[in-house]
Amino acid sequence: MTNPTSSVATTGSPGSRALGLATLAGLVGLLVLAFVLTEPDVRIHPSTGQEIGQFDAVRLLYLHVPMAVITYVAYSLAAFASAGYLIKRTPWWDVTAHAAAEVGTVFCFLVLVTGSIWGRPVWNTWWEWGDVRLMTTLILFLMFVGYLALRRTAADPRVQARRAAVVALVAIVDLPLVNRSVEWWENRTLHQKSTLGELKIEDLTLFTLMVGFLVFLMVFSWLLLHRFRVGWLTLAAGEHQVAAAIKERRAEADGSGVASAVGETS
Amino acid sequence: MKSLLSEAWLVASKDLRIEARSRVLTNQVAPFAVLVLVLFGFALDADQRTLRMFAPGLFWVAVLLCLLLAVQRSSAVESADDAATGLRMAGLAPAAVFLGKSAAIFVQLLVLELLLTAGIIVFYGSSVKNLFLWLIAGLVTALAVATTGMLYGALASGLGVRETLLPILLLPVLAPVLIGATRAYDDALGAAAVDGWAWTGLLAMFAVVASTLGALAYGALVED
Amino acid sequence: MTHLGYLLGGWGVAAVLLTVYAVSVVRRGRALSVSVPEDKRRWLTSQNPTDD
Repeated sequence: MTNPTSSVATTGSPGSRALGLATLAGLVGLLVLAFVLTEPDVRIHPSTGQEIGQFDAVRLLYLHVPMAVITYVAYSLAAFASAGYLIKRTPWWDVTAHAAAEVGTVFCFLVLVTGSIWGRPVWNTWWEWGDVRLMTTLILFLMFVGYLALRRTAADPRVQARRAAVVALVAIVDLPLVNRSVEWWENRTLHQKSTLGELKIEDLTLFTLMVGFLVFLMVFSWLLLHRFRVGWLTLAAGEHQVAAAIKERRAEADGSGVASAVGETS
Repeated sequence: MKSLLSEAWLVASKDLRIEARSRVLTNQVAPFAVLVLVLFGFALDADQRTLRMFAPGLFWVAVLLCLLLAVQRSSAVESADDAATGLRMAGLAPAAVFLGKSAAIFVQLLVLELLLTAGIIVFYGSSVKNLFLWLIAGLVTALAVATTGMLYGALASGLGVRETLLPILLLPVLAPVLIGATRAYDDALGAAAVDGWAWTGLLAMFAVVASTLGALAYGALVED
Repeated sequence: MTHLGYLLGGWGVAAVLLTVYAVSVVRRGRALSVSVPEDKRRWLTSQNPTDD
């Protein structure tokens, strides 16, 4: 199906526009749920009777937790597509892996930043060295920063695709080892256990988290779709330029003879 | 299998012969390793008690920095005079080239580890409390980082930005090795009460995965 | 509302970064679309851009 008005040069399509509008509506809905409809996290301490909990800082989790899940979805997709590329060797897999890794890294950065901002009031520290998930996510982020750096080098596209695929796969294979080593390593410190476990998950809290997953999955899909098309266009543009250059040279050769084409002007 | 190992031996002995003749290891990398130990001393205010406590971690950070140099050197040897093409045309199996070049880096790292151990004994006042653990953990870690370093050296080779790309690609992947090796040496040097052997097991697992994955992936990386 | 600064900071940085990234992707797409003939831009029917 081709759009008759596709002369506007964008990476948009009727499908992506519908998804984009639905995503924006979803984000508005999520904001209402996260800031208006849900209650702050306040509990009464069983013995002292004081008010404890995360209070309104819990509203950061409706952003942080879904994005963290999406980060892992994105990086899994990048690794899966990288494996697909090494098997099939077609550009589709490569462009998908690159797009997923780039969008995933944007999400991963935000997960680290929002986690840090949430940790300040709740854990009383910007950075908790003893938290396994936090450290694992940081190492994962750094590995994919390296992946994107490799992607920005001026190597031959197919060489680059192959190398990047190996980097993404090694990153994912390495991840359980990172996780395990940090887990053992942090056992020497007496750190506060994850606060998520003691959060009272009420119906509406859980519902808001679920909506968050769905909305950020839509944000991710929209970004992935457009980023994939950009990658696809990059390949097509490179090819088109080569084809155009060849055509130009041929025209020169036809027009004024071979002598001028090889630079011999008399 | 026998031919794979003998081909790997050929490559390793070639690289080691080049290093023995050019003396880059003894004239540049080894002094750099000692320099790093001294710099840590300055940075931590030259308090021997503190230095002894952190010696295992500082030791392995110094090893990783030297690894970067050794890997750069290993791929520079191949890119000069297009030696890599010659190596490929020699008809050696890619896995053998990978294992051989990793083995050469491994041997160089062992030399550096010996030197650095002497360094932390002299400068930081450390002492080796468990010689067997020191030896095994040192060997296993050198194997793990040499094979991983070799794989990433191949990934970054031939690119204009090789020198700056290698650290950002390699060091995050080696994070579990740094943690594990530091903990193992905490035990071996008596800096902290941990189970060094459990960590050595994790390091061994990493070494096995890295050598296998590297030997398999290397062929795909150099095929063009 | 408690922790208002943290809330604004967290949601704000996410909103700003995602918006900036989305805009940059769309703009890159527009710039590239101009240099590619229209028959290669039909998303649902496109061929492989490189024939391996």
